[in-house]
Amino acid sequence: MTTRQKALTWQAVVAVVTAAILLFFARNVSDNLAIRGLSFGFAFLWSKAGFDIPFHLVEWDVNFSYGRALWVSGVNTLFAAAISIVVSSALGLTLALMRLSGNLLAAGTARTLIEIIRNTPQLLQIVFIYFAVLQALPQLRQSYNLGAGLFLNVRGLYVPAASGTAWDWITGLTLIAVALAAVLWRRIGMQLPRLLVLPPILITGLVIAGFTATWDPPALKGFNFAGGVRIPPEVLAIVLGVSIYTSAFIAENVRAAILGIHKGQTEAARSLGLSAGRTMALVILPQALRILIPPLTSQYLNIIKSTTLGAAIAYPEILQIMARTVLNQSGRAIEVMTVVLGVFLAVNLITSLAMNHWNHKMALQGR
Amino acid sequence: MKILRALFGSRGNAIISLLMIALFAWVVPPFISWAFGHAVWDAVNRAACSAADTGACWAFIKARFALFFYGVYPEGERWRVHLGLALLVVFGVGALFSQRRRGWWLLGLMVLVPIADAILLVGGIFGLRPVPTNDWGGLMLNVVISFVALGGSIPIGIALAFGRRSKFPVIRYLSTVLIEFWRGVPLLAVLFMGLVLLPLFLPNGVNVDNLVRALIVMTIFTGAYMAETIRGGLQGVDSGQSEAARALGMHEGQVNLLIVLPQALRLSIPGIINIAVDLFKDTTLVSIVGLFDLMGVVSQSLKDTAWTGLAAEGYVFAAVVFFLCCLVVSPGGSVLERHFSTAPGSAKR
Repeated sequence: MTTRQKALTWQAVVAVVTAAILLFFARNVSDNLAIRGLSFGFAFLWSKAGFDIPFHLVEWDVNFSYGRALWVSGVNTLFAAAISIVVSSALGLTLALMRLSGNLLAAGTARTLIEIIRNTPQLLQIVFIYFAVLQALPQLRQSYNLGAGLFLNVRGLYVPAASGTAWDWITGLTLIAVALAAVLWRRIGMQLPRLLVLPPILITGLVIAGFTATWDPPALKGFNFAGGVRIPPEVLAIVLGVSIYTSAFIAENVRAAILGIHKGQTEAARSLGLSAGRTMALVILPQALRILIPPLTSQYLNIIKSTTLGAAIAYPEILQIMARTVLNQSGRAIEVMTVVLGVFLAVNLITSLAMNHWNHKMALQGR
Repeated sequence: MKILRALFGSRGNAIISLLMIALFAWVVPPFISWAFGHAVWDAVNRAACSAADTGACWAFIKARFALFFYGVYPEGERWRVHLGLALLVVFGVGALFSQRRRGWWLLGLMVLVPIADAILLVGGIFGLRPVPTNDWGGLMLNVVISFVALGGSIPIGIALAFGRRSKFPVIRYLSTVLIEFWRGVPLLAVLFMGLVLLPLFLPNGVNVDNLVRALIVMTIFTGAYMAETIRGGLQGVDSGQSEAARALGMHEGQVNLLIVLPQALRLSIPGIINIAVDLFKDTTLVSIVGLFDLMGVVSQSLKDTAWTGLAAEGYVFAAVVFFLCCLVVSPGGSVLERHFSTAPGSAKR
């Protein structure tokens, strides 16, 4: 047999075996569905859900359809993931800088924390935060007053609510403008470092928005709080649990990236007269970011996947709502799981593409 | 003096040190007093605990200790669990560290130990009382799932890693799609798949045990991650090795299995240890799909009216157990790494 024939034979064998396995599964599925009197189809997504989703950021009503439940729970998943990405990055950077600070106490504490977090299960941490910390908080009347209109109790965290006409527009426009400027910085011909210019603009915008808003702080009236917004303990637990766990891994990635920058860079920056802080901000961190992007991408993808652990504490994310509630009510196992897995694969694909694009742009330009 | 200068030498350092000391003063003494100073070690129930002192109620852990480690595995049969673990440890150590006859130890570990352990734990033959998997639980279940999934994932990982590097497009694309699919979905969704989809995919009337469903999907899931780690190892093997092997007249299969794979596996050890630690921690997820691993048993015990409201004690205990187990694995991993850092028989560097 020639090499070419051999190659074709091997590939044909693999293709036939794969097809046979798929056919076997397909036959079993159709048999099993027939026995259970079920049909295959996604039409059920338009039928009435009839259950409540306790935490929702977009409109929800028990009369809405299963399809809308998918949208509502998907938004909940992305919400928890987005907040966790921001919080875990900040925590991770803090832990990494503590480890590298050269201060024995700070470095030792950071190291101990990282070891404890990395060597205990993530689910255990989430459940601990929910049942042992948040569910053990005092009742409404004995709420902890955290100052600035924040109240913490067993029902969750109460924060002041903003109302008014202009604040949301100012906030939104500031965020969009800063994001656009950050992306298009070089293309619009700006020469100053964007990390020095954009954060003050962002903060100024948010402060102006804060002053134009009318703040409605929560206040204990009778048996409940009047005013303010309640953040349920499920949201706090999933965001804190996912963020804390991932921050330990991000901290190690950041540390490795910073240590990966050649010592000569620091020495050169210092000999040019830059202070230690500016050396870190202007010379080390921008270069470390380049090394950091690939591992950071996989941590962010992990965060999106980890939000499914909300199912353990009844946070209404996509797996909890679809693979539990909707599946139990409709019995449509294949369709529901297809939708859920499809959403995760799509989100993963989009995130990796975006991060790859960024990685490509940040990569060292060959001369 | 040296320490004082290290901590308070400069203004910035002093500020950080003072902040850290304040943090310790705020967190550590209350924790010590809760966990040790005011803890209650003997009591019949929660009420007796609260009456005795204000700290942690470790009596709860003491009362449920056996449950946390064996689930409801019958008390008279627990020697089987111990013997199974002992077999695994003996053959594992033998396969890794024996200087001679390593092949026999390895064969024992891969063939004898799984069969012997399955007979010991499941029972039903040789006069051993059958123990249904519903009675398995606690830390024992975490260990069983970890070892089965890890052992099963290595051959899957090797096959997929070679598949993804294959020069045949059909095999390459198929392996890539499989790897990326399993790596793209969350483990919990995979466990739900095992729970609700697996029965539909099998012929009608074939009933799969709950534990076996979890084992199957966790093995495949881990296999995809293993494939990427081993692929990294394969890429790390110098191409001169396979060229030399081919020049000696070996055919493609011999080159891959006898020359490239052993070196690739040696390079993959750190990655495999990471996967093992992650897998062990992730076995807690089976508690969400109705199995009673250590975390599931702790959560279940908290619903007991005699011990209700002791979430902090239960979960802190579970965290300590997991922490200690992971602590054993990580240094064990670096021992392995050192052990395999030089080829057997070559001069030790």
